[in-house]
Amino acid sequence: MEKNKYKNIVDQNTPKENTFYDCLIAFITGGLMGVIAEILIEFYQNLLDIPFKSATVCMLVTLITLSCLFTCFGFFDKWVNFCKCGLIIPITGFAHATQSAALEYRKEGLVTGIGANMLKLSGAVIIFGVVSSWLFSIIRMVVGLI
Amino acid sequence: MTIKFTNTYINETATITGPYESNGRLSKYFDKSYNDLYFGMKTWEQAESKLANDAIEMLLHKSELNQFQIDAFIGGDLLNQITASNYAMAKINSPFIGIYAACTTSTLGLILAAILVNNGLNKVITFTSSHNNAAEKQFRYPVEYGGPKPKTSTFTSTGSAAALLSNQKKGIKIESGTIGKVIDLGINDVYNMGAVMAPAAAETIYTHLQDTGRSLDYYDLILTGDLGIYGLNILKEYMQSEYGLTLGNCNDTGLMLYDRDAQPVNAGGSGPATAPLVTYSYIFDQMKKGKLKKVLLVATGALMSQTMASQKLSIPAIAHAVSLEVVK
Repeated sequence: MEKNKYKNIVDQNTPKENTFYDCLIAFITGGLMGVIAEILIEFYQNLLDIPFKSATVCMLVTLITLSCLFTCFGFFDKWVNFCKCGLIIPITGFAHATQSAALEYRKEGLVTGIGANMLKLSGAVIIFGVVSSWLFSIIRMVVGLI
Repeated sequence: MTIKFTNTYINETATITGPYESNGRLSKYFDKSYNDLYFGMKTWEQAESKLANDAIEMLLHKSELNQFQIDAFIGGDLLNQITASNYAMAKINSPFIGIYAACTTSTLGLILAAILVNNGLNKVITFTSSHNNAAEKQFRYPVEYGGPKPKTSTFTSTGSAAALLSNQKKGIKIESGTIGKVIDLGINDVYNMGAVMAPAAAETIYTHLQDTGRSLDYYDLILTGDLGIYGLNILKEYMQSEYGLTLGNCNDTGLMLYDRDAQPVNAGGSGPATAPLVTYSYIFDQMKKGKLKKVLLVATGALMSQTMASQKLSIPAIAHAVSLEVVK
């Protein structure tokens, strides 16, 4: 059979993912993450008297710690599976990807296991994060000169 | 190519599963099921190896034999360097042939074992194993990573199945076996293995029918390996449009192993253990009760390599078939 003809058969028999529903869930849960983050910042600022800039850092650290902890407890993957990009796009997704890889390879040694594989999923985020920040800095500099 | 076998029988089988399989539809047919996924071992890979050992041990126990009475072992699994099988056989002091054919390893093992028995060996054991978490770790993402999967993805089964073949007339007869060809129709979606493997299954079924001069009605059931629900639909449509054959009396072991309504397995089960787990337990039970007389088991394997998938190449697939009959 021709590859194109076969592709048609496959396409007809492949179920459509419910993109609208997935986006809606991600929108709501992602928004909730934002609310939680705001509450955390307010908490650190007002109750613990931490300045705004440091309070945001404290908020990030709190979210990362909780994501890692919940991943270790074994239920965070179910949350991520349900919330999808609502939890994957914020810092929680990065922490979850890193922590799950670390858990996976922990039996293969501190260096050859955890060290070599921890950033297996999330390494790309760091690389392209650095590259894009460098790129945008250049754009900002050039625009600033004009 | 189809090989006819004379006096080759599957005398005894053993099936060991993990917790997901024992919560599925066929739980009461398995010999033994574990409640956790480590089985007392430290890692997923070691756990899978233990499963293979358990299946062999159970089989020897059920057939009242010891390992020295077995002429040869044939086995394989999904892990790199067929780790689970090799480590399992390191504990058994017997001649061993390790094979890899992805999820069709079970039928390839049966064909090779039948050839050995036909050529004068007395007793041959063939086994396969797979472990969901070990396969996830090697082929996909870390086990604890919760990224959502598409509906067409399949769930690698955890379990091991072993079968004892000899020329003693007892159990289920292996009537013939068809060795499949590697088929690649350009599908490169690693989450749609059903679509990758369906043409290979179709090709092997058609070749088998041509070689033996049979029609589809000859078999009470045509059982595919692990196509999943969408792959099975593709197979039916492919058979119809390519060969003009209507595949009515067919089912897929990946659909039978789990309860798709209650368990999060998406399109169904997969893995080298899926086809033998269902066949050796439920199907053989039905055959012994006389509800099924002739069954064509077509296990399907996607020969996926992460390296080649990253290089954007399409995934080749293969299927081997064995014709099983009730001993009269």
